[in-house]
Amino acid sequence: MPQGDGIIYQDSFPVEGGNFETAGQVSGRIKAILKNLNLPKEIIRRATLVAYESEINIVSYATRGEIKLIVKPEEVIVEADDIGPGIEDIELAMQAGYSTANEKIREMGFGAGMGLFNINTYSDIFKISSEVGKGTHLHMVVKVNEKEPNEIN
Amino acid sequence: MKLIDIARELDLKVRAAAEKMEKEVSGGYVGDLLSDVMGNAREGQVWITRQTHQNIVAVADLKDLAGIVLVNRCEPLAETVEKANEVGMPILVSSFPAFELAGRIYILIAKAKGVSFL
Repeated sequence: MPQGDGIIYQDSFPVEGGNFETAGQVSGRIKAILKNLNLPKEIIRRATLVAYESEINIVSYATRGEIKLIVKPEEVIVEADDIGPGIEDIELAMQAGYSTANEKIREMGFGAGMGLFNINTYSDIFKISSEVGKGTHLHMVVKVNEKEPNEIN
Repeated sequence: MKLIDIARELDLKVRAAAEKMEKEVSGGYVGDLLSDVMGNAREGQVWITRQTHQNIVAVADLKDLAGIVLVNRCEPLAETVEKANEVGMPILVSSFPAFELAGRIYILIAKAKGVSFL
């Protein structure tokens, strides 16, 4: 239903920290919502990916968090907020391959240090802020009409 | 080439979503790191991995992959099978290690597409 500021759809979803059994469910719902809204396939693919990586980060590191989806005609916005340990060195955390994941997380094939790197690659706007001991906030935008970046085929 | 044809040629056993084996396979991706697969696998590909836990189903489903093939006689966990049946994501198992399985699937798909590969 149309809402203010050109918002076509808006909802938020709680994510439980440490629960790998349900990891990916929120991203699955977001993907289904975007499909229902008939957005271009490539936009769905990219928005789902940034949602998934945010969700996995909350599950892997935070106590709990929330992912918010805002869809406008010109862009899809994904916001991820968590209550958790925060990130000490954001620049380092953005580097491909850098990870603070523990052994259990790595054994499952997570914690490869690709999450934030993937988000940065697949979103058109990516802002990250974090406070150690409090939590992390991610703001990601996938533009609907933007020409696709070259590195993504 | 359909998933069912690849399974038949390479003697892969189906462990989940047997009704979805008619899916067309466009290619493949090999990886055990979920973010790597998330970032680099493409729709319609078959995913070759040795991860057996249920999170592989979410990744394959989110990426619209054709199916998952487990290598080295690895079996999916019970909850992995359950989830895969729920979302209709085929899981197959193979006795080949990843390198050999990928090589065989690559050749099958290349032949089916009429591409020269050597």
